Amino acid sequence: MLKHQAANSRRNALRSYLGAYGFMAPAGILVIVFFLIPVAIVLYLSVTNLASSNFTSDLAKMEFIGLKNYDTLFNDQFARKIFSNTIFYVLVTLSIFNVSLALIVSLLTTHIDRNAGFIFRAMWILPRITSPVVYILIWKRMIAEAPFGIINQFNELLGQPTYNYISTNPWVFVVVVNGFIGVSFGMIIFTSAIESIPKDLLNASLVDGSSRLQRIRFVILPLIRWPLLFVVTYQTLSLLTSFVEIQLLTDGGPGLYRTEVWSLTAYHRALSNYFGNAQWGYGSAFAVLLVLIGVVLAVIYMRVFRFDELIAEPRVEAL
Amino acid sequence: MEIRIDNLTKKFGEVVGVEDLTLHIDDGEFVAFLGPSGCGKTTTLLTLAGIYKPTEGLIRFGERIVNQVQPKDRNIGMVFQSYALYPHMTVFQNIAYPLKLKKTPKNLQNESVRQVAGVMGIGDLLDRRPGQLSGGQQQRVALGRALVKEPDVLLFDEPLSNLDARLRLTMRGEIKHLQKNLGITSIYVTHDQVEAMTMADRIAVMSGGRLQAFDTPEELYDRPKTQFVAGFVGNPPMNFIDVNVSQSDGAYTAKTGSIRMTVPAARGAPAAEHAGAVVMGLRPEDIAIASEGEVAGEIFVVEPLGREDLIDVRVGEHSFILLANTESRHRAGERVALQFDMSQVQFFDPQSERSLLWRQ
Ligand SMILES: Nc1ncnc2c1ncn2[C@@H]1O[C@H](COP(=O)(O)OP(=O)(O)O)[C@@H](O)[C@H]1O
Ligand SMILES: [Mg+2]
Repeated sequence: MLKHQAANSRRNALRSYLGAYGFMAPAGILVIVFFLIPVAIVLYLSVTNLASSNFTSDLAKMEFIGLKNYDTLFNDQFARKIFSNTIFYVLVTLSIFNVSLALIVSLLTTHIDRNAGFIFRAMWILPRITSPVVYILIWKRMIAEAPFGIINQFNELLGQPTYNYISTNPWVFVVVVNGFIGVSFGMIIFTSAIESIPKDLLNASLVDGSSRLQRIRFVILPLIRWPLLFVVTYQTLSLLTSFVEIQLLTDGGPGLYRTEVWSLTAYHRALSNYFGNAQWGYGSAFAVLLVLIGVVLAVIYMRVFRFDELIAEPRVEAL
Repeated sequence: MEIRIDNLTKKFGEVVGVEDLTLHIDDGEFVAFLGPSGCGKTTTLLTLAGIYKPTEGLIRFGERIVNQVQPKDRNIGMVFQSYALYPHMTVFQNIAYPLKLKKTPKNLQNESVRQVAGVMGIGDLLDRRPGQLSGGQQQRVALGRALVKEPDVLLFDEPLSNLDARLRLTMRGEIKHLQKNLGITSIYVTHDQVEAMTMADRIAVMSGGRLQAFDTPEELYDRPKTQFVAGFVGNPPMNFIDVNVSQSDGAYTAKTGSIRMTVPAARGAPAAEHAGAVVMGLRPEDIAIASEGEVAGEIFVVEPLGREDLIDVRVGEHSFILLANTESRHRAGERVALQFDMSQVQFFDPQSERSLLWRQ
């Protein structure tokens, strides 16, 4: 009898154990197939010298060269430049556009007439839903040299000198072009967070004596703290890995690596027939470091922002 | 602070929140806004608080017209049904928030918060977050936050609706006591007529965005000016039946079908003057079950309320709700006679729904 019960409870425990894994399985499989396996392959490639000259698709035939690629990378005179480019690009775009402007747009559009706010937000989404090629073509046409560039046509009209913007201010445009896309992500998250603050709470703040600005500072911002931290985390990582717009706009130029970022280098080295020779092994070393940086940053963010605090403490049961 | 509302209308586009409301509230008075859900009580309150701007009309606090005054410059304390405590602040910070906005020095803030928290009996909870408190505790914090800045006006929007019945009873007494002690002009919104009756000096009964009546609880109960007020004030509600009132030899009789009831002359005369049928109103406590009486009927259902039984007696197609002593142990299906105390009977015009006894 007892034995039977024990077996029963063990079976139940096992069942709930398997149940938990069953529910995690779909997400787990996605992570394995689309993250862990690719990372493993790239990691393997980064310790070979696979290139177009010795191409083989047979993993066993690839030539193992240890950490030589990493050695080359750390001694690459341009790696340092590209690294600081990346930090600059991520920090500036993130802080000005993906977070600050996103916050400003969502605060403004939730404090005006609902429909007007909706239209403004819809406009900010346009850069994101436009195909990157079309979007970059629009910008290129805007900032092209005279007599083709639209801005320069206005300069001429106003009797101003014309500029070759891409060569005088490449960073301004790299940041602005990416920033305009980046705003909408934070904007959507912040707006829905602001709109889900109970109306009573917002009214209470006004009755308690706050101005609208004080209400933003003391009530709204603290209440959207988690969405804010989430956007910072998520957008840092996505800026780190994004390069399509830069590739289309400047392709890392003008000149040598002026606006080249880490992920673009990985792409250039590994895939874009660089000087007629794709260096998959070497490019993979860049990619591996990017993954490493991303994972480390994610862990740091989780620790610093204490995402575990999201779980509420229990209530006190009393009058 | 005296509050005078004149011809106040608030519309949201086409939707009417409140229409043509005129109401003068005395200094230190406790006024209840009573009405069914959606009748414009919250709208009126938020307009008084300055959250909504009036579409039309005037609001005066004392001599000052406040139509365009920002909420922060009205010195109002407000308690919400949802408590509306700031979840990211401790109880202390919640209560201190109005003082912080007023730039009150830190030591005075500390003193005031502790004093108010003491009065509200939450002195030992100051370090907690609202999420860690029970509903009753949260409501006390909300009340403390409204009181701490010594407001000229206190606004309550159904503050007790989310509490359990026993707590509601306790808090009801406490709020009334506090209001009388502090003498702060207060408006208390509720859809619960017992709350309104027990707490308020005067009750503004609202329906469909309009003011139906504004009077003391006793007046509303004894001399309701409209059928709506008569039906809304009092629990269980007044019984209404359509009757014809006629006079013969100085005696007035209300008739419908087989039912015949003698009406005192003072109340029968105005009803008899009205041509055609009138609506007669009788409160449950004015009807009694007797061994023999004017009207015979059958008990349809008995609802025990503990102290009393709520009994629905059917007479023909008419239904009478009444209260009876539990000891009489009535059962559904029993045949009984009804006795009516007609000294408190009410009569209404079926078209205008206005009282035939108490004209405005
Ligand atoms: N912000 C608003 N926008 C549009 N309609 C509203 C708004 N607030 C209230 N109303 C409408 O005004 C009427 C009165 O609402 P309310 O004052 O909340 O009623 P109560 O508090 O008496 O239940 C309702 O018909 C409601 O739908
Ligand atoms: Mg309401």
